[in-house]
Amino acid sequence: MIEQVAEPLQQTGFAKVVLELDVNNHAGVMSHICNLFARRAFNVEGILCMPMANPEKSRIWLLVFEDQRLEQMVLQLEKLIDVLAVRRHGAEHEVFERLERFFH
Amino acid sequence: MMQMTGAELIVRLLERQGVRTIAGIPGGAILPLYDALSGSELIRHVLARHEQGAGFIAQGMARVSGQPEVCFASSGPGATNLVTAIADASLDSIPMVAITGQVPLAMIGTDAFQEVDIYGMTVPITKHNFLVRSAEELLEVVPQAFRIAMSGRPGPVLIDVPKDVQNQRIAFEAYPEPARIQRGPAPDEAAIEAAATMINEAERPVLYLGGGVIHSGASQLAVTLAEQAGLPTTMTLMALGAMPMDHPLSIGMLGMHGARYTNFVLEESDLLVCVGARFDDRAIGKAAQFCPNAKIVHIDVDPSELNKIKRAHVAINGDVTDVLERLLPRVQVKLRKRWLAHVEGLKSRLPLQMPGRDDPRTHYGLIHAVAAALDDEAIVTTDVGQHQMWVAQAYPFRRPRQWLTSGGLGTMGFGMPAAIGAALAAPERTVVCFSGDGSLKMNIQELATLADHGLNVKIVLMNNSSLGLVYQQQNLFYGKRVFASRYHRAPDFLKIADGFGIPAVDLDTAANPRAALAQALGTPGPCLIHASIARDEFVYPMVPPGGANTEMIGG
Repeated sequence: MIEQVAEPLQQTGFAKVVLELDVNNHAGVMSHICNLFARRAFNVEGILCMPMANPEKSRIWLLVFEDQRLEQMVLQLEKLIDVLAVRRHGAEHEVFERLERFFH
Repeated sequence: MMQMTGAELIVRLLERQGVRTIAGIPGGAILPLYDALSGSELIRHVLARHEQGAGFIAQGMARVSGQPEVCFASSGPGATNLVTAIADASLDSIPMVAITGQVPLAMIGTDAFQEVDIYGMTVPITKHNFLVRSAEELLEVVPQAFRIAMSGRPGPVLIDVPKDVQNQRIAFEAYPEPARIQRGPAPDEAAIEAAATMINEAERPVLYLGGGVIHSGASQLAVTLAEQAGLPTTMTLMALGAMPMDHPLSIGMLGMHGARYTNFVLEESDLLVCVGARFDDRAIGKAAQFCPNAKIVHIDVDPSELNKIKRAHVAINGDVTDVLERLLPRVQVKLRKRWLAHVEGLKSRLPLQMPGRDDPRTHYGLIHAVAAALDDEAIVTTDVGQHQMWVAQAYPFRRPRQWLTSGGLGTMGFGMPAAIGAALAAPERTVVCFSGDGSLKMNIQELATLADHGLNVKIVLMNNSSLGLVYQQQNLFYGKRVFASRYHRAPDFLKIADGFGIPAVDLDTAANPRAALAQALGTPGPCLIHASIARDEFVYPMVPPGGANTEMIGG
């Protein structure tokens, strides 16, 4: 049928946001999460994943730029079966800052 | 202690889940599962001719039964052929469990024969998917797949099972319980109260029903709400049948090919009560200009649909049935004489134009003649294109699950295999598949499956020897530069049907097409009913590209 005509996307914002995800620790979880961001053309600046003390669960940290689609992204993350919780932090969160020295 | 192979375990779990028909095609990597299935006394297998056909047969069963239905495919091309049917189920929220064979675990990642990463490929088009790594996992994965497929907003789930996992023997104590629908949290009472107040105080409210009303089994509740509050009611393509088309409060389908008056009623509304719909672009046109003066109440089981396209003044997350049950006692009885009289006035001034509706040799006339020869027990499926929109506009749908169409993905080739699935799920009903010559050719091999089972499926082929909706758009919006949308050589569909062993009737040459049609529809068993349609019959009205719903052309 006919082409969709949408308002142009607003420019990505400059404020950074850190997302903290608790997820089930099994193969495929990372691909579900990365695929979700990729297929919605939402850039992920940084990603970090490690098993938690309880090895059945992992924690994933994501660094993203805030834009108007972020609310929808969080709702979509919460729909993923293996995502148990999503918490949102400001850019001041230290998790990525403390890793910076490995990237310089 | 029970002992069996992974393949036998899958079959037992499917039996315990209540699955009675599976559509599929065997191949190397799924042969252990087929071997186990051959021993089942409860499950019937329907051999499709292409895996996409198997997927749509499962969908047809699921759209009629409301339960998750199952399809099987082998690894590699078998699995990739399922992809379109899975994506279609995802866009229309249809519960389905697809089970694919995979190369043995140790060969995964080696580019083995017929190896493809179907798990990776189906991540974006399933509600969830699994790659099973041991037979023991099946005890958890199979019930979970069904629970996910049927709970909340329904959708497809894929289980990829390597061949060695199918052959692996396991011992276990007891079968897991069959999956049941997992209820979500109770809806927010304060939001429901606020919605009731808005409905009670509105002057020009409209009820906007989507496919979620059908999925939730809430059609009767929605009709009661409309009657109690005096709400003119529009339906999306997916919701047709939720309210009978001839109900006095029905204002028909909205959107790109909705009637003029429907879109103008919406334009004037001061409150839009959206139930189980998702503000799809084909329904609402230019989002910013849709219902410009209306406040919005949005009820949906999927929280990510709320505020996605249009910000709701009151957003209620919950199963539509639960929410409507709580909302109804708070909604005042209103006659709304002024608003309903105004709606009636718009309807009589700007009705849906159906030229030729009394002549069965025209497109609208043919649809009306089919409806006149059937009762409300019949099921109607369609393919995708002009015929689909004409049927959506003209057929008098009167009950939920009477109408099966590919809405979100708009998949040509959906109609006939979906009709086969519908006939398998409801063998006592007549199933009519309206199709076009472009669409029918996309899964025409399933005529063999139809003939195998002698199902009561009537294919009404509206043949204009073109990709009609493409041809229409090239004429309307691309300077009449018609390209790649006309077929230069038309196949003889009557001979094709005959070749597959299916009776066929040509209405073009029938002396009395209405009588020939009624006779074909009334004779049990499959039949292809062929009717030529003029190529320059277009679907009107039509909202042009990027336009608001009020900027319709034609009609």
